[in-house]
Amino acid sequence: MLVFERRRQPSKFWTTITPVLAVVLTMIVGGIMFALLGKNPMEAIRTIFWSPLFDPNLSAYARPQILVKAAPLVLIAIGLSIGFKANIWNIGAEGQYIMGAIFGGGVALALYPLEAWWIFPLMILSGILGGILWAMLPALLKIKFRTNEILVSLMLVYVSEHFLASVSLGLLRNPDGIGFPGSRNLQQYASASNGELFTGTGIHLGVIAAFVSIFALYGLIKFHRIGFQVRVTGQSERISRFAGVNPNLMVIFCLATGGGLAGLAGIFELSGPTGQLSIDFNVGYGFTAIIVAFLGRLNPFGMALAALLMALTYIGGELAQFMLNLPAAAIQALQGMLLFILLSMDFLSQYRIKIRKLA
Amino acid sequence: MELEEGEICALLGENGSGKSTLVKMMYGLVKPDDGKMIFRSKDYTPTNPNEARSAGIAMVFQHFSLFDALTVAENIALGMSDHLSFSTLSKNIEEKGKAYGLALNPDNLVGSLSAGERQRVEIIRCLLQNPKILIMDEPTSVLTPQEADILFEALKNLAEEGTTILYISHKLEEIKELCTKATILRAGKVVATCNPEEKSARQLAEMMVGTSIGAPKRTGEVRSHEGTPLFQVKDIEKDASSSFGTGLQKISFEVWQGEVFGIGGIAGNGQDELMEVLSGEALPQKGSILLDGKDLARLNPNERRKRGLLFAPEQRVGHAAAGEMNLIENSYLTAADRKALSKYGIINWSKTTSFSKEIICHFDVRTPGSENLAQSLSGGNLQKFVIGREILQNPEVLIVNQPTWGVDAAAAASIRQKLMDLADQGAVVVVISQDIDELLEVSDYISVLSGGRLSRERHVKGLSREDIGLMMGASQELALEA
Repeated sequence: MLVFERRRQPSKFWTTITPVLAVVLTMIVGGIMFALLGKNPMEAIRTIFWSPLFDPNLSAYARPQILVKAAPLVLIAIGLSIGFKANIWNIGAEGQYIMGAIFGGGVALALYPLEAWWIFPLMILSGILGGILWAMLPALLKIKFRTNEILVSLMLVYVSEHFLASVSLGLLRNPDGIGFPGSRNLQQYASASNGELFTGTGIHLGVIAAFVSIFALYGLIKFHRIGFQVRVTGQSERISRFAGVNPNLMVIFCLATGGGLAGLAGIFELSGPTGQLSIDFNVGYGFTAIIVAFLGRLNPFGMALAALLMALTYIGGELAQFMLNLPAAAIQALQGMLLFILLSMDFLSQYRIKIRKLA
Repeated sequence: MELEEGEICALLGENGSGKSTLVKMMYGLVKPDDGKMIFRSKDYTPTNPNEARSAGIAMVFQHFSLFDALTVAENIALGMSDHLSFSTLSKNIEEKGKAYGLALNPDNLVGSLSAGERQRVEIIRCLLQNPKILIMDEPTSVLTPQEADILFEALKNLAEEGTTILYISHKLEEIKELCTKATILRAGKVVATCNPEEKSARQLAEMMVGTSIGAPKRTGEVRSHEGTPLFQVKDIEKDASSSFGTGLQKISFEVWQGEVFGIGGIAGNGQDELMEVLSGEALPQKGSILLDGKDLARLNPNERRKRGLLFAPEQRVGHAAAGEMNLIENSYLTAADRKALSKYGIINWSKTTSFSKEIICHFDVRTPGSENLAQSLSGGNLQKFVIGREILQNPEVLIVNQPTWGVDAAAAASIRQKLMDLADQGAVVVVISQDIDELLEVSDYISVLSGGRLSRERHVKGLSREDIGLMMGASQELALEA
């Protein structure tokens, strides 16, 4: 008979090893899924996990692209992880990401065609502000009416998507766009463009910001009183009140950092790789970042690795789509599997499995 | 160890000495690795509590497993293996209750019962199965002395009818009163069997610990209020913090420098609310809390700590300490400001680490190291850590709720001694406790919190256990009149 015994301290070994095991297991289960779809599983897994990194024809383009895709994931996941550590569940980063882009982009489009050095910094600040304001809705409702922030923040994603559609077709539509939906392309507006830092790589300021955010989170959690209070709040509400934490301020802080960083990711993305506000501006970074946060165990460096892995599946997934004709949904299923398998394997770090003879 | 028919045997031992493991084996919750039990000259190997119950062994746990929203009869029906109609069951409950002086109305909701009555539900549930052996785990920890007397009477009746009772308790005085035999465990071994009536409480405690322990002593003389009080609580009113809590009504008391003020009474009578209001975790609707004449009643816990008002709540893991954090982090939890462990919000971990080591060393906290998680410590050791963390911050006023709840005799004695030393150094110590012996031992003045009201304080000199029991009753009468 198998017996599960709760460990007094979670096992360090299993905590470190489970993400790796989860990736391997995802490859196996994903391979079975691809086989059922009638594809060669080995080839599909190789295309997704191996080719972007090591295929001589593809890697020169794909490697920096992985960093570009990972940057918004890192920024959003870092912000969300603060809330998750305190048991405050902001599931609406996607909406905050959209609002960041609309606010920041709106500022730039309002100033067009003025050229000035301060336009770009102002856009960044408005982007952050947009994300924060959107996250304040679930925060204030939670404080005032005890609503559930999971539901409110998630529902606001759909509101923001409609808002995005509305402004891309109306208020912010490109007047010179001969009727096509979508805003002006900010890449063609020098003061508002978040250009490449290294030619041909696509790497932009957002990648640098992502790096900075990793270390900032590490410092905050490890060495700052606020980070300590976040962790205490995650232990229980009772102990956080005992430790003198104001629970309402904590809700505001966590949602503000999550929303602010999501907004920042949004405006970097808009002014950089995408360039243009349009109906399909958002591609799900806000949701994937939740997977990244848990895959990385809310640890800043773990989340950086997890974001790189998820970015790899995005790039590899795109490759698999046009090389092997895999449906896009299969790639999303693969990403979902990864989170599911990881969370179920967490059991191993919390429990010890013993084999006991039946009496 | 052996148990004979109709005897009341005490099982004594420190925390972690193996008492629980032993009775869990008898009740089929844990399987022994080796050895055997013989019950009525037959091998007895229960694999689950159902088998134990049908063999005739029943157990009343320290923590009740009752549903507040169900009636007494419904709760009892849930725990029965054979199904009776409600009317038969209700009749049986009333009969059993009458027979042993444990009256219960089967139709009352459990949520409306006192702790003593809830325990009766558990006991009647066991008695309905006519057990041969009844195991009781710390039954009096939630009872008033008067309720305990009723329980003892019932247990003695049961024993006379031939039921064997195995009685686990930390309270040596009641064991001397009730039990005819005592088996003492130390570190998982039976070290002695004796007649508790022939031994003093001190001798019993020493057999449990294996060394001699001294009674806590005050070095300073017993104080009588001099000058102005250092700590004053005036007309505090607060609503109940949960639907089964009790609101506070016009709580007032004053404590002078160097005094220990004891607040007795059974948990659930406003103790949690009082602690929350004093610590600043909840704000009172009315009233003031004065330290050195300054009102702290509107401040948050950290602001109060900065001004010298410190606290050690009852629940150790999840309130006084974070179970999943290590002892270093738990030191920072309340000592951040008074010990200046951070500057501009940046935490000085090396300073915090040495503070945690200071606590471990001065308060004899037994742990492999300060990097260990709080939840890996035994209850007694964690309590020593929590009390040590507050005392080493040199409080002006320290408020402690249930300082030795579930803590073994040696650790309890050392905690009480530290609290009294703190008062001797000129601090105010407020001890909220259900344990009357503890209050009599450490306090200078005692008052009782009952039904959300605080009785008049009495000087501890000449006060007996029974007096305190009466104080509990008296404040309830006051509440009824109001």
